[in-house]
Amino acid sequence: MAAAPRRQASTVTAPVAALAGVTHRYGERLALADVSVDIPAGCMTGLIGPDGVGKSTLLALVAGVRRIQSGTVTALGGDMGSSAHRQTAYARIAYMPQGLGRNLYPTLSVAENIDFFGRLFGQDEAERRWRIDDLTRSTGLDPFLDRPAGKLSGGMKQKLSLCCALIHDPDLLILDEPTTGVDPLSRRQFWELIGRIRARNPSISVATATAYMEEAAEFDHLIAMDDGRVLATGSSRDLIERTGAGSLEDAFIALLPEERRRQRKALVVPPRHSGDGDAAIEAEHLTMRFGDFVAVDDVSVRIPRGEIFGFLGSNGCGKTTTMKILTGLLQQTSGSARLFDQPTNAADIETRKRVGYMSQSFSLYTELTVRQNLMLHAELFHIPPHQIRARIAAVLARFDLANVADAYPEALPLGVRQRLQLATAVLHRPEVLILDEPTSGVDPIARDTFWEQLIRLSREDNVTIFLSTHFVNEAERCDRVSLMHAGRILAMGTPAEIVVGEGAPSLEVAFIDLLEKAQEPSASDAGPASGGAPVTPSPLAIDRAADQSHRRELGKLWAFARREALELVRDPIRIAFALVGPLILAATMAFGISFDIEDVPYAALDGDQSAESRTFLEAFAGSRYFETRPPLSSPSEIDRRLESGELRVALMIPPDFGRDLLRGRTPEVGVVLDGANTFRAESTRGYVQGVLNSYIQDLARRGGLEAAIASPVNIETRFRYNQAFLSIEAISPGVLMMLLIMFSTMLTALGIVREKELGSITNLYAAPVSKLAFLLGKQLPYVALGLVSFTTLVLLITFGFGVPIRGSFLALALGAAIYCCAATAFGLVVSSFVNSQIAAIFGSAIIVTVPTVNFSGMMYPVSTLEGGARVIGALFPALYFQRISTGVFNKGQDFAALYGNHLVLILFCFAFWGVASLLLKRQER
Amino acid sequence: MRSLENIFRLGIKELHSLRNDPVMVFLILYTFTVAIYTVAHGVKTEVSNASVGIVDEDQSNLSRTFAAALLKPYFKAPEPLTPAEIDAALDSGTHSFVIDIPPDFEADLLAGRRPTLQISVDATSMTLAGNGTAYIQSIIAAELGRFLKTENPESPVQLQIRARFNPNLESSWFTAIMQIINNVTMLSMILAGAAVIREREHGTIEHLLVMPVTPIEIMMAKVWANGAVILAAVLVSLLVVVQGLLGVAIAGSYLLFALGTALFLFAMTSLGITLATIARSMPQFGLLAIPFFVVMNMLSGGVTPLEAMPQALRTFMQAAPSTHYTAFAQAVLMRGAGLSIVWPQLVAIGGIGAALLGYALLRFRQSMAAAR
Repeated sequence: MAAAPRRQASTVTAPVAALAGVTHRYGERLALADVSVDIPAGCMTGLIGPDGVGKSTLLALVAGVRRIQSGTVTALGGDMGSSAHRQTAYARIAYMPQGLGRNLYPTLSVAENIDFFGRLFGQDEAERRWRIDDLTRSTGLDPFLDRPAGKLSGGMKQKLSLCCALIHDPDLLILDEPTTGVDPLSRRQFWELIGRIRARNPSISVATATAYMEEAAEFDHLIAMDDGRVLATGSSRDLIERTGAGSLEDAFIALLPEERRRQRKALVVPPRHSGDGDAAIEAEHLTMRFGDFVAVDDVSVRIPRGEIFGFLGSNGCGKTTTMKILTGLLQQTSGSARLFDQPTNAADIETRKRVGYMSQSFSLYTELTVRQNLMLHAELFHIPPHQIRARIAAVLARFDLANVADAYPEALPLGVRQRLQLATAVLHRPEVLILDEPTSGVDPIARDTFWEQLIRLSREDNVTIFLSTHFVNEAERCDRVSLMHAGRILAMGTPAEIVVGEGAPSLEVAFIDLLEKAQEPSASDAGPASGGAPVTPSPLAIDRAADQSHRRELGKLWAFARREALELVRDPIRIAFALVGPLILAATMAFGISFDIEDVPYAALDGDQSAESRTFLEAFAGSRYFETRPPLSSPSEIDRRLESGELRVALMIPPDFGRDLLRGRTPEVGVVLDGANTFRAESTRGYVQGVLNSYIQDLARRGGLEAAIASPVNIETRFRYNQAFLSIEAISPGVLMMLLIMFSTMLTALGIVREKELGSITNLYAAPVSKLAFLLGKQLPYVALGLVSFTTLVLLITFGFGVPIRGSFLALALGAAIYCCAATAFGLVVSSFVNSQIAAIFGSAIIVTVPTVNFSGMMYPVSTLEGGARVIGALFPALYFQRISTGVFNKGQDFAALYGNHLVLILFCFAFWGVASLLLKRQER
Repeated sequence: MRSLENIFRLGIKELHSLRNDPVMVFLILYTFTVAIYTVAHGVKTEVSNASVGIVDEDQSNLSRTFAAALLKPYFKAPEPLTPAEIDAALDSGTHSFVIDIPPDFEADLLAGRRPTLQISVDATSMTLAGNGTAYIQSIIAAELGRFLKTENPESPVQLQIRARFNPNLESSWFTAIMQIINNVTMLSMILAGAAVIREREHGTIEHLLVMPVTPIEIMMAKVWANGAVILAAVLVSLLVVVQGLLGVAIAGSYLLFALGTALFLFAMTSLGITLATIARSMPQFGLLAIPFFVVMNMLSGGVTPLEAMPQALRTFMQAAPSTHYTAFAQAVLMRGAGLSIVWPQLVAIGGIGAALLGYALLRFRQSMAAAR
């Protein structure tokens, strides 16, 4: 454990942080009940207590990432309720949220992650380089600078998280369960690292929550919490002395109220009777490769029925992959995996009913309540309906979930969520339980309760249990354990056998020895050589006063932009979709959308059958606008054939048409249009009129009529901007307008809501940055991508479609830049408004499409729009870029004629930034 | 039987998810009410509200009758312009048409000198340009006929034109139904596809795949639940917004339309799931979805009638369920067609849907497991 300088809490004068009368609720649930407590300065303070007693909430309030509901929180000599103080305090606080690497960016490398945080705190390049070097060397991450964070093991992720937190030399370091889910060796290395940091900077205060009592025992000062209240404070020795207990764990139990204490009793593992028996789980020479990477390397395991088998090893050593193969979620590369003597088969529904599986990350529905999740599970496993209620009640009670039965999992602490997953896994009474780190993040009391259940299942019901864990005391309770590293099994046997085999004093030491031995040659996950690299004092001091300067603010904006761009570059498929999609769409639309309707299918009912009527109908047959269909034989046929859509227009020539025509009695030809598509009907009406006119002129020319029909006036129609009346000329500018806004908006629409869903939004909450820097930084790379897309689209339109740029290209390009800016800003507005990624995608699709296609002058001229359509069109940027686009492509206009539209687009940018800033929360609720 | 139970149960779960996303519910409501109403009410494909400028250099009785003959609701009251203003009026887009009557127009006409009258048209908006020009020409011709008091004013043959299914050719009828089709297309694809990606990103799919449910059950649950929500929204929208507020006369059977819509939703949600098995993350899915719904919105026969499209594209669009659904919806709702007429469309939609679902099924397990 950390050999840090120890201080007595009593010698500390002013606390680094203090809570006074703080109450915090999540909906109905009370997380903190009128808590008043001090966190002493310059020492290591630990928060201990079961899950869901308010430890995380307390830390988040002190870090300023959660909004204070009532009471006062002071930290670093100021009120954390005041946003002015928070802005300066953020630069001196480092916050590491719960969950492995939750605030990291998985596609970014180790160095890039740290570099991003350095930029957030306004450090210059030399300083960042020095710090990255220093931090990675002291954490042993230096050989992996280029490895993406997502590919690190859990322990390494936490070290990286710590590096990111320490980059700005904080005065107050807040760690929320930093070692949960981390293997024993990495855990020890982690605390050694903290110890060295404290040795280097003795004034630093550390506040940490932990589920490990043996870790907590080493801290200077402890705050024991239960049920939203502080039970006791003091050093671990104080607490032990005060309660007269033998260990800190016992001391904590003694502090609990009477009825909670009763739940606790010493755990005894009765011996297993059925020594051998048939194997429930059997793996032989199991190997799994992902590309070059060998995740599981020739693993053979045989687990008899009723045995509790423990799997230990660092994160990423292949435990999870092995378990997934056994459940049928993954198909092994080679070797065999058998359950109940049957090869595992993804399609085998019957076997699944006999297995309970719990994955490492939470995999139940956050949108269902605890009870609804259990109900769903029960019904899908076809538990008889009359038993469901009782069974659910039983597991709710057994896993102490009854009081949160109607809560949503998102609002529950990690440990409670784990209990829910366990409850779900055993609900259908499986014969085999495969549990991937089931107790990670679960408090000691709940862990013991859970183990009681496991032992009972194994010993009484002969259930086979295969689990992985990082807790050595849990490993000691297993019938057999195996230690895995880098895909291979290092040791396997009963806990006693392993201790003896290694000649170690305890199982923990045996494991650490085995791991260290295994790591020496490969040096893969290793920390630094014992003692670590010498930590030199920082030669650079951060000038915090200058932190607010504009240059720094720009640097932070750039930090966000750079990170977003890196993530984009790491996702080439997304770039490809964003660049190729518009080109394909432009091509299809340019050739598909036509206002020039041709080949309208028609049929005639010729009631006359004379030479004149035939001549009349020939005029239609010869027109390129019409396509002749078999003639109609009766009036009743008209409706039927129009209804079926076979005909779009029917002509009815009356009897005596020819005779009337020759006698000048003006016969009437009936025309029945299909009015279902009004645009086509209108066009068809014009065509019919046109064919009639040319027929009459023909008649006149042939002298078949006495009256000359020459018009007394010459009407000259000039189709301006598009003399040839080509659809492609008219549609291209609109296509450009439409595609730029759709793709730009969609690219940023997920920006904020996705960070919320995945957790990295905490970095915004905990860093001294303005919302504007965050927003602008987020959209900058997408504006650039939009401009690349603009360039390719313009090339396609000019050279592919042959629609030249007649006006000022500069006006068009400048317009496009501002337009992309407005569109991406609009995406951020959508993103800060919705609560789910689904809503973000659908919202940006529907909100953008409707005004873009209909109200922006692309299909229908804006001057003809009515009512709400006109207003919505005017309130959306598409309309103004459409004017620029049409102006430059069709009308040959220059900047002088169009600048008004540019100005309006700039206003849109500001308006969207304003709205997004308003909607974006700077703190969690 | 068990399978059906599972599908039902998982579908109920989907409905819960939706209920817990108030913004999404709000967006669905917006889509089928406000969005449909504003477009149908505001956008006219017929000549309506067209803005005309008149440059009257003649200032005669005849030239003034032209301005008076351009009537609402087809045209806005024409605005007088000077010859110098013509270009600016068209450039700025404030006027779609400018009629230029030259000096001595009336005198030249009466003297039989066949004067030239010029109509300048902003041809960048072709929907209006073509039909509007025809309107203006016929109005001018009628005014000339009245002025010259010609005995036999127009032609030796008269046309008696009447439109079936929409007697006054009100474009709001057409637009309203097209909007419903467009919005259904977009929503069904995104809702089902994104629901699959969400399961994958949240890791819940992993949990489902170890339970005694099959991928087809998981998919069918998404199909029915998302489909049911949209179907309900469509029918309510049709009754309240389209028939009620917009006063469109629905000619055909609601039941038949509901049946076809259900089939179409099956096909579109299957398409959404297929896309979700291709995209690896939500941002990718969003971008991948755009080309699909844009092409289907613009090229299924709603905006541009199929017969106006190049043959190759027309053939290609036969693979899109929305093409058949557009034909189906127009036939049933506007023309009152019965099952005997629209069954080929229904078969096509169902067939495409089954093919898509089959393809999604092939990819499902593999893509779900690999993503983690």
